[in-house]
Amino acid sequence: MATAAVSLPGKRRGRHSPLPGLPLTLGITVAWLSILLLLPLVALFAKSLTLGPGHFFEAAFSRRAIASYELSFGAALVAAGVNAVFGLLVAWVLVRYRFPGRRLLGALVDLPFALPTAVAGIALTAVYADTGWVGKPVAAFGIKLAYNPIGVVIALTFIGLPFVVRTVEPVLADMGRGLEEAAATLGARRWTIFRRVILPEIFPAIVTGFALAFARGVGEYGSVIFIAGNMPFKSEIAPLLIVTKLEEYDYAGATAIATVLLLASLVLLLLINLWQGRELKRRSA
Amino acid sequence: MSAKNAAVTESLLTKTILILVAVAYVALILVLPLASVFSEAFRHGIAAFKAAIVEPDALAAIQLTLTVAAISVPINMVCGLAAAWAVTKHDFRGKQLLISLIDVPFSISPVVAGLMYLLLFGAQGWFGEWLLAHDIRIAFAKPGIVLATLIVTLPFVARELIPLMQAQGREEEEAALTLGAPGWRIFLWVTLPNIRWGLLYGVLLTNARAMGEFGAVSVISGHIRGETNTMPLQVEVLYNEYNFAAAFAVASLLAGLALVTLVVKTLLEWRHGDQLAAAGH
Repeated sequence: MATAAVSLPGKRRGRHSPLPGLPLTLGITVAWLSILLLLPLVALFAKSLTLGPGHFFEAAFSRRAIASYELSFGAALVAAGVNAVFGLLVAWVLVRYRFPGRRLLGALVDLPFALPTAVAGIALTAVYADTGWVGKPVAAFGIKLAYNPIGVVIALTFIGLPFVVRTVEPVLADMGRGLEEAAATLGARRWTIFRRVILPEIFPAIVTGFALAFARGVGEYGSVIFIAGNMPFKSEIAPLLIVTKLEEYDYAGATAIATVLLLASLVLLLLINLWQGRELKRRSA
Repeated sequence: MSAKNAAVTESLLTKTILILVAVAYVALILVLPLASVFSEAFRHGIAAFKAAIVEPDALAAIQLTLTVAAISVPINMVCGLAAAWAVTKHDFRGKQLLISLIDVPFSISPVVAGLMYLLLFGAQGWFGEWLLAHDIRIAFAKPGIVLATLIVTLPFVARELIPLMQAQGREEEEAALTLGAPGWRIFLWVTLPNIRWGLLYGVLLTNARAMGEFGAVSVISGHIRGETNTMPLQVEVLYNEYNFAAAFAVASLLAGLALVTLVVKTLLEWRHGDQLAAAGH
């Protein structure tokens, strides 16, 4: 970046930054993370440990809990898959084409980040329940979109779209056209160029966006519970089961399920970071 | 920008189809639900909408949501700024770990976040007895709601500022230091002008999430009407009572907030895109 920094790479590493404020700002940061994040995490794991392995596994992997994991992970997987395809399409259209309303489309993609999840939940239910704008015509074919696992997938599709679009968009925008032009000169058809030249280039970004959308979907609560139907074993997501256990004052059961969800999301986060780190290295190499 | 070469672009027909499919998808998944919020809110006319908003429990919920945001947003702004300064202007061991930790709240389910605080401050929690003995209420009270809001909005400001300040480097601050400026003046006069739009962007996202948080707050609040119900919780309560018109009326206020957030966000990206962190939003 700046020339001064580049000329002294070896020296810079060892010496302390001359700028002031490290003790103060680092102190604030450590206190902030400790109180808000680390202490509560420790409390959760400690509570899990006090349950003992037998009780923990009984609560964490009861038949009802397993059904809820299957739904939360399964629906998140399907929704992330749908968004991987359509999110790529939206990103492609936003980057490559100029058309009226493009800016509006681009701004709308962020709606799921800005709209409170509870509002999204009742809105999606209003549209997709069998009295709604979309639900009603579809119900004529005997397909119900709400109060079943399909409803869960719809809610998670809503929540996940921006993750894919916002990850793929910058990579697509930064991609040079040189290779495409070369391939075209060699006589490749457009579809072949997309498959063989463009897709390999943006594939890592699609995977990252997919993983982010999936991770978000697994823990999602607010947008799902209104449209899901919430029937145990059928349409009950894992976060809802935690809330149900809490309402029954079954703190142990809630903690066991929460620990499983938390570990799953931490592993996912780690995998995403490793994957991104590898991609960053590959790109700069 | 766009190479007008037939070989590296699609036919007009393909383009049109792709654009239409993309627009249809966004309309189906995003626009229709948004439109339905306002349509349902005003279904019974303006008078019914107004009545639902000025109802005492709704007003209490609005007030609580504003209060919680007014407390939690500044805290996460200051701490996010401090974290960004420590991480980008200094070198120390464990820096990478610290950056990774800041990201963790994004991947925790809101319900799990709420539960963690319950295990600390609830009646059976670590500090439960002590709090009870000293007559301090955190769980099922406002402080718990603030804490839950703080953890779910923790990363936004720091995540926006860290890549931005990393890209800007330290030279300007070091120059100011050479000229004898004290630390707080370096920050106010050199760093802040460089990051103000990024900071505003981060604060905007923090605020949107703070006012809209549902899962974490739902677990810790105890749902006491007129007391610990924020706007999103009030929406749920009204909806579960089949009072759909009132639920959508309160929801439409939150949807309006989301629209304002999107407009300001778009304007910031448009005008000051160079001063925002590159990707990842």
